[in-house]
Amino acid sequence: MKSMITILFLFSCCFFYHPTLNAATYFVGKNKPFSSIKQALQHCKNGDTIIVETGLYKEGEIIIDKAVILKGNGQPVLDGNHQYQIITVKADYVSIDGFKLQHSGKSDVNDIAAIKVFNANYVTISNNIIDDAFWGILLQKSNHCTVINNRLKAYSNESNSGNGIHCWKGDSLIIANNTITGHRDGIYFEFVTNSIIQNNISEKNLRYGLHFMFSHNDTYISNRFQQNGSGVAVMYSHGVKMENNSFIENWGDGAYGLLLKEITDSYIYHNRFLRNTIGIHAEGTTRIKVEKNIFSNNGWAMRVQASCSDNNILYNNFQGNTFDIATNGSLMLNKFDHNYWDKYEGYDLNKDNIGDVPYRPVSLFSMIVERNPSAMMLFRSFMVTLFDKTEKVLPGIIPENLKDNFPLMKPLAL
Amino acid sequence: MKKIFKYVTADILRNKIVLAYTLLLMVISFSLFMLQDDASKGMLSLLNITLLIVPLTSIIFSAIYVYNSAEFIELLVSQPLKRKSIWLSLFYGLAAALSIAFFVGAGIPIIIYQPTSTGIIMIITGIVLSVIFVAIALLAAVLTRDKAKGIGITIMIWLFFALIFDGLILFILFQFEDYPLDKFMIFTSAFNPVDLCRILILLQMDVSALMGYTGAIFKDFFGSHVGSVVAGFVLLLWVIIPLWLSTRKFQKKDL
Amino acid sequence: MIIASNLTKQFGKLSALDNVSVNFTKGECIALMGPNGSGKTTLIKCILGMVVPDSGFITFNDKNILHNWQYRQHIGYMPQIGRYPENMTIGQVISMIKDIRSAYNKSFDEELIESFGLNEILKKRMRTLSGGTRQKVSASLAFLFHSDVLILDEPTAGLDPVASEILKEKIKTKIKNGKLVIITSHILSDLDELATQVIYMQDGKLRFHKNINELRNETGQQKLAKAIVSLMHNHSA
Repeated sequence: MKSMITILFLFSCCFFYHPTLNAATYFVGKNKPFSSIKQALQHCKNGDTIIVETGLYKEGEIIIDKAVILKGNGQPVLDGNHQYQIITVKADYVSIDGFKLQHSGKSDVNDIAAIKVFNANYVTISNNIIDDAFWGILLQKSNHCTVINNRLKAYSNESNSGNGIHCWKGDSLIIANNTITGHRDGIYFEFVTNSIIQNNISEKNLRYGLHFMFSHNDTYISNRFQQNGSGVAVMYSHGVKMENNSFIENWGDGAYGLLLKEITDSYIYHNRFLRNTIGIHAEGTTRIKVEKNIFSNNGWAMRVQASCSDNNILYNNFQGNTFDIATNGSLMLNKFDHNYWDKYEGYDLNKDNIGDVPYRPVSLFSMIVERNPSAMMLFRSFMVTLFDKTEKVLPGIIPENLKDNFPLMKPLAL
Repeated sequence: MKKIFKYVTADILRNKIVLAYTLLLMVISFSLFMLQDDASKGMLSLLNITLLIVPLTSIIFSAIYVYNSAEFIELLVSQPLKRKSIWLSLFYGLAAALSIAFFVGAGIPIIIYQPTSTGIIMIITGIVLSVIFVAIALLAAVLTRDKAKGIGITIMIWLFFALIFDGLILFILFQFEDYPLDKFMIFTSAFNPVDLCRILILLQMDVSALMGYTGAIFKDFFGSHVGSVVAGFVLLLWVIIPLWLSTRKFQKKDL
Repeated sequence: MIIASNLTKQFGKLSALDNVSVNFTKGECIALMGPNGSGKTTLIKCILGMVVPDSGFITFNDKNILHNWQYRQHIGYMPQIGRYPENMTIGQVISMIKDIRSAYNKSFDEELIESFGLNEILKKRMRTLSGGTRQKVSASLAFLFHSDVLILDEPTAGLDPVASEILKEKIKTKIKNGKLVIITSHILSDLDELATQVIYMQDGKLRFHKNINELRNETGQQKLAKAIVSLMHNHSA
């Protein structure tokens, strides 16, 4: 009973103080009460709304330290004049919606962003266009924030560009429906937990489309990472769930559709890895499950280093890859079963759609290339084909227990 | 010149072996495409055909044709004709007939099932290899009078380009593992038209893998405009040099 | 018309021609004789430009034939063994050769084609033909162009007597018309009726080059065969 009263009390307190109560609305623009956002901010209090009309606003750095809703009407432009951080948020419950933020300052010393949220919770940033910013949206030590429906585009080279959506220390964030192009890393997480990254498109960023480390128990759903300098890198995390994402055309020396480094207890399900130099590169990963993914037309569908153990690679389609699996060791402690391999040449006498002889996804030549990359030039030559066939029949060099004991005869419908 | 070319081509096209070769290519190509669920898998098998069967057929057929045409060549030489035009017509006729055979036998199935850039490059390299190996066959045939010896030599040439050359390269690669050999590899590929054509197809088929590692060097070189022009030029040299040598030899040859 | 000077040709160790000089003039029929391997065919091939001599030169109408090919428009050549593209028909072969020489000759002498009866079998493929029919084709081709010079290598070998007669008659008319005819043959009786001059070769050397009447007088033999035998006998004696 006592706890009930406490809850009621707390609830009514919330109700009383809730920012939307007693809220006023201020208008900014030509022929409006306020001609600048800064003026309006001075007058408003927690819970108020500021509506900014179409126009170009060059106000230097706008610091929001009250719980206000800042709303653009007709995508007004906030210009940082290549000098300033455009908006700094220092209060909880701030919402920034419908602006175009352009030309932020750049600096080698400070992380100047279009929107920086520092030590503030429940902040919402939505429907903004961020153009030519140094860093795009920067969340530091902030929890329960939502970044949704923003479009970020940058134009610089790697030495003087920042990340698109950068989160450092946070919890329960939602990053959804954003498009990020031309930044250093599209989405960057460090020490961010229990967050959801969904439906974002991160493409043509200079380094990684998605880059995170020490960020546990996050979920990544239906994102597309395409043509990023080095693909996607995820490191030193556990409880990662990646589902229905696309990793496409991440090409280059050291480019990965998905780089997994020291990842444990994670689930990679129903993703598409198309035309990457390396689909998944796994290093020191433990107990991850890679299930029902499509690996198609990659240089290497997967490179599984010998430091990986207890991983299960099951029910995936491997089609049109130059090499299916590569590895650098001779011992293999991972399971590759029930996958469809288009290079499988076995037979299925009992017609149960499972090949009667195991498939060895590592080819001799991939081991040769592993040792001597220049040998790649000889790929698909008659000699190499002969080598591979011989090795498949009489394995001597490829890892003895790296095999799919139940290779599927037909691709899975994924 | 045009006239002799016309007659040589007509003669070769009537040859049952060329017809059989065309049909064989066609049966193989169509069955490869129809038996595989995945057209790109069919392309893989066709790649081996292009890189092995096409040079082999071109070089052996051309050599045999030249040896068998000795009397016909004599007849032509006794006519008021330039020897050079007789020889070049023979080359053009063989090159045209074998290219057409490849195009009809393998090119058309490729166009039907795989009209991609990979397919186009495959057709082009198939034709280029046909022409190159005709030129090499003519050189071998003009240098050796004995038919059996000449055909033996052409088979050795084919074996060298198809297998031995690559074996030597692999051997060198592992002997000098500690040295950067990528530029050297690009350089050596110029000495084997089969390798050069294979790399051009790899650039289409396995571009993702070639982008990785040092493979990017191949992509950077052969993928660039300069690189493709150089590759095309080298392939052209593979036609021109044997053809030029054999023409020179034929002009002085006693029949 | 054709002058060969100091022709020498080695095939490996074999000396096919050893310092041979001859002079052929218009209106003559030259019988080129000698045992197998004496260099007759090599000499013919040198004249046709099919074999390039190691030393010496040949002029045709006072022009060196080296690097020249147009002079062959004046020559009709019948090879010893006529082989043609196997898949072509007789008609195709004839029209091909006509086509090739059409730049030089517009009118054709098709008499032999008719008299050999090739007209009726124009559609036959070359590979199906007998040796004799091939010879007929070769002969027809050689006479097709009203050529000033006819070079016939064993023309009557393999021909049936009727065809052989037809061919001989044809050669005779040509000689009458003032053409130069060079014939090699083993069948010396054929040459009896035709030859005006005799060349005898042995081991690549020119043994003699004589007018036929001179030869007959010298040896007292009417038959060429006997004349040769007697001459050879005298030489070796």
